[in-house]
Amino acid sequence: MQVLGSIWDFFQSQLLGMRWLNTIVGRGLSALGLDLDNRWIGSIRFFIYDVVKITLLLCFLIFIISYIQSYFPPERSKKILGSFRGVWANLIAALLGTVTPFCSCSSIPLFIGFTSAGLPLGVTFSFLISSPMVDLGSLVLLMSIFGTKIAFLYVLLGLVIAVVGGTIIEKAGMEKYVESFILTTKSVDIESPNLLKRERALYAKEQTFSTFKKVLPYILLGVGIGATIHNWIPESWVVTLLGSDNPFGIILATVVGVPMYADIFGTIPIAEALLFKGARLGAVLSFMMGVTTLSLPSLIMLRKAVKPKLLVMFIVICTLGIIGVGYIFNALQSLLI
Amino acid sequence: MKSIKVLGSGCKRCNQLEGATKAALDQLGMNTPIEHVTNPVQIASYGVMATPALVVDERVVSTGRVLKTEEVVKILEGERGKV
Repeated sequence: MQVLGSIWDFFQSQLLGMRWLNTIVGRGLSALGLDLDNRWIGSIRFFIYDVVKITLLLCFLIFIISYIQSYFPPERSKKILGSFRGVWANLIAALLGTVTPFCSCSSIPLFIGFTSAGLPLGVTFSFLISSPMVDLGSLVLLMSIFGTKIAFLYVLLGLVIAVVGGTIIEKAGMEKYVESFILTTKSVDIESPNLLKRERALYAKEQTFSTFKKVLPYILLGVGIGATIHNWIPESWVVTLLGSDNPFGIILATVVGVPMYADIFGTIPIAEALLFKGARLGAVLSFMMGVTTLSLPSLIMLRKAVKPKLLVMFIVICTLGIIGVGYIFNALQSLLI
Repeated sequence: MKSIKVLGSGCKRCNQLEGATKAALDQLGMNTPIEHVTNPVQIASYGVMATPALVVDERVVSTGRVLKTEEVVKILEGERGKV
């Protein structure tokens, strides 16, 4: 067992966490005659280390994830969902949300596709909540930064919000707040093509490149903010706002995170730096969840498909869920870290 | 071949697919007009849930991918063979 434990530790800190990279960057900077204790150099070290680390993780992860996703085009997910009933359908929808490639620009066709296939509204929403909130990428990324326990709990709680949220929307009878064109449009089933392994790899490669290009600015910005927090923001500020003394730190973190649009890869360095500076785990994770789950662009898109009342309900459910997740993580922090 | 449609919300990826389709038509010396469908209701009525998608003679031939010019050429050649 002990051997297994140390193998896992190595995997987590060196392979996923890339401690070696930090050492190399440090040595490189010292070799240039730079003083590692200098704050500016510290910021530069953090910046280089984090950009390289996140880029490596991102390219590796997106490739694997896209390969898996190529097995779950939305057309196929729709068919799978058709054979489940009740809360099981919500659960499967939440799980499929984590592996179905989906961008908010396709949310209206997806909505119509699901609805015209006879899927209940709650099931569609379970999918819509879980899809941006938890995905395979966030699981592995969180594992590399915060460890296995936190990563699994984060994903598990995200799935709970998706299932419960979808069920609430279902039980509240919100169908009348869906725009009527969604309900009346008839959609047809199209066959999802059977791809060869080579084609899946090609798709994964394309996805990796296009995702990397898309999220690189967010990574640079996120790491920049992270490096600033890491070396320039006094610890006492972070502790006062997001530490254990402030019971509303989680609410603050969520409210700031919700309207922001960024990729989870961009929020990681900020989260990491805040945690290092004494923010509570719950506040940090609520911030990350808020940023990735809800954003103005995706809400504007969703508004075209649902009426304001349902949109507000969706926002409230997600926000309260994210705040709840924060409090759970704060309560369990001593067990998890 | 009577019609070619690119389905997409007008996003960057959709325009890229339209560009590749145009280039493919040029390569094949065809002048079938390309229609860019941005209306989500129309997109959904084809059963498409991931954009961009390519529709040839009202048949969905690709979804959720920005095809390369060569891939569109292959598809168009295949479709032409059917008529």
